[in-house]
Amino acid sequence: MENILTSADLQAVWLTLRLASITTILLLLIATPLAWWLSHSRKWYKGPVSALVALPLVLPPTVLGFYLLLLMGPHGPVGELTKAMHLGALPFTFAGLVIGSVLFSLPFAVQPIQNAFESIGRRPLEVAATLRAGAWDRFYSVALPLARPGFYTAIILAFAHTVGEFGVVLMLGGNIPGETRVLSVAIYSHVEAVEYGAAHLLAGGMVLFSFIVLLSLYLAGGKLAKDVR
Amino acid sequence: MSEIRAHFALQLDGFELDASFIAPAVGVTALFGPSGSGKTTLLRCIAGLERATGMLSMNGEVWQDDTIFVPTHKRPLGFVFQEASLFPHLSVRVNLEYGYKRIPPASRRVQLDQVVEWLGLSRLIERGDPAKLSGGERQRVAIGRALLTSPRILLMDEPLSALDTTSKQEILPYLERLHRELEIPVLYVSHALDEVARLADHLVLLQQGRVIASGALGETLARLDLPTAHFDDAGVVIEAAVAQQDETYHLTRLDFAGGSLWVGKVKQPLGSRVRARVLARDVSIALRQSHGTSITNILAARIVEIRDEGSDKVMVRMTVGESYVLMSRITRRSRDLLGLTVGMEVFAQVKSVALMS
Repeated sequence: MENILTSADLQAVWLTLRLASITTILLLLIATPLAWWLSHSRKWYKGPVSALVALPLVLPPTVLGFYLLLLMGPHGPVGELTKAMHLGALPFTFAGLVIGSVLFSLPFAVQPIQNAFESIGRRPLEVAATLRAGAWDRFYSVALPLARPGFYTAIILAFAHTVGEFGVVLMLGGNIPGETRVLSVAIYSHVEAVEYGAAHLLAGGMVLFSFIVLLSLYLAGGKLAKDVR
Repeated sequence: MSEIRAHFALQLDGFELDASFIAPAVGVTALFGPSGSGKTTLLRCIAGLERATGMLSMNGEVWQDDTIFVPTHKRPLGFVFQEASLFPHLSVRVNLEYGYKRIPPASRRVQLDQVVEWLGLSRLIERGDPAKLSGGERQRVAIGRALLTSPRILLMDEPLSALDTTSKQEILPYLERLHRELEIPVLYVSHALDEVARLADHLVLLQQGRVIASGALGETLARLDLPTAHFDDAGVVIEAAVAQQDETYHLTRLDFAGGSLWVGKVKQPLGSRVRARVLARDVSIALRQSHGTSITNILAARIVEIRDEGSDKVMVRMTVGESYVLMSRITRRSRDLLGLTVGMEVFAQVKSVALMS
């Protein structure tokens, strides 16, 4: 195994897990308030915002990657900004990948959480208000625990979706070992180089890993969903 | 100052609420009306759950006016919804303590033990999961949960209407007990006249988003100009005292300001107050005090008002004793045969009396 799977491959595995974890955490932080707003707002621009959030569902990842590349590149508006902040250009960096992944997986995190908030309805929150709970208190003590199954789904989907991402990475990050060379790209490189043994190990490992993660999260989610009831 | 003053105006799609009332901040005030009359919306406005223009003051304390809007969680009220709405992720005990924990310890006038005792909750707490309770039990927990916030007013939105008859019968005694023992005013939304007659002291009548009458329960129910007079179970409520027990025939005499009524034997001790209901359809009218009748309760009465009801019936309002009112629904033909007119002295024959408590 040592001779087939290089340290570069292991690095790719580690990088992928790191990317997926960071992306998932950021997504939870972004998607929760966004989903809350979408599930409670009656503003006219709720529709356009929903459509915008759902856009990555229908766009080919290369399209998203292409525009992000232009935006964040040295001549794009975001690129100008990051240069002015002495951060340099974001494409071909890990940070750039994180931004791309967050945008790419946004609907996968927002929609389950939004559905969960919507299915709670207003009543439990109204009950909490009549029991002296202020807005934040209502959110933490009622909305969050009741929406828990939605959060599990969001975590699973965001994580898995990021692990499986390819198009955005290729457009935005290229294939820099230790920086942007994630699993999917590493597998692609092995296949290009006709190293089917290594490709098999990584691909098969990914299948197994994904299955185990999904299974354990579903089992945990099912048990916790029962606790909720 | 001990009163509730409310005025709300609100446009909801296809519905307009424009309701004002003043009610005493003691006892139970029923917001009564058909479905769609705006009674629930009015109650939600009072709780601050619905944002309407208007004003609301509770014992002189302003909860809403042109500049002030106290948010729901800062209003010292308890709210019981139509469905119990217990938090499914919390145990029965934690549900009960949810509001209790959120008020300052100094203002906790109601304690858990008290509420558990009042509402018979000890066995329900042991069961833990709210999903294991029946509808009536859940509603009892919800009432307890609301009371544990030591509210200065309790708002109840048709708390019985989602329950089946058995659960209703199970929960009514608890509500009556709260009515007797609790010193906080209650606003009670209902569309069931029997519930209102049983529990309320004051009546606010709503129709199509407007308050069409407001007054003491007995007087308001005895008014012939209101829609309540046309209900099949229209009738008057009598507050009486247990005066005599007849062991031979198992009867009890109730004394009230208008005279006495014999009813089937009641458990309550002599002197205790009971509420009885005499339906208009159970009262007939005779010109002379007939002796050849099986009807026990015959009261001397004077006709004060006669109103047509539909094409075949009339509603007759009579006073018994000093000023006590009875209602009788008879056919138009009977009115003409007996030649009944306002001011006539007659005898009201009461066929049945429904004891409410």
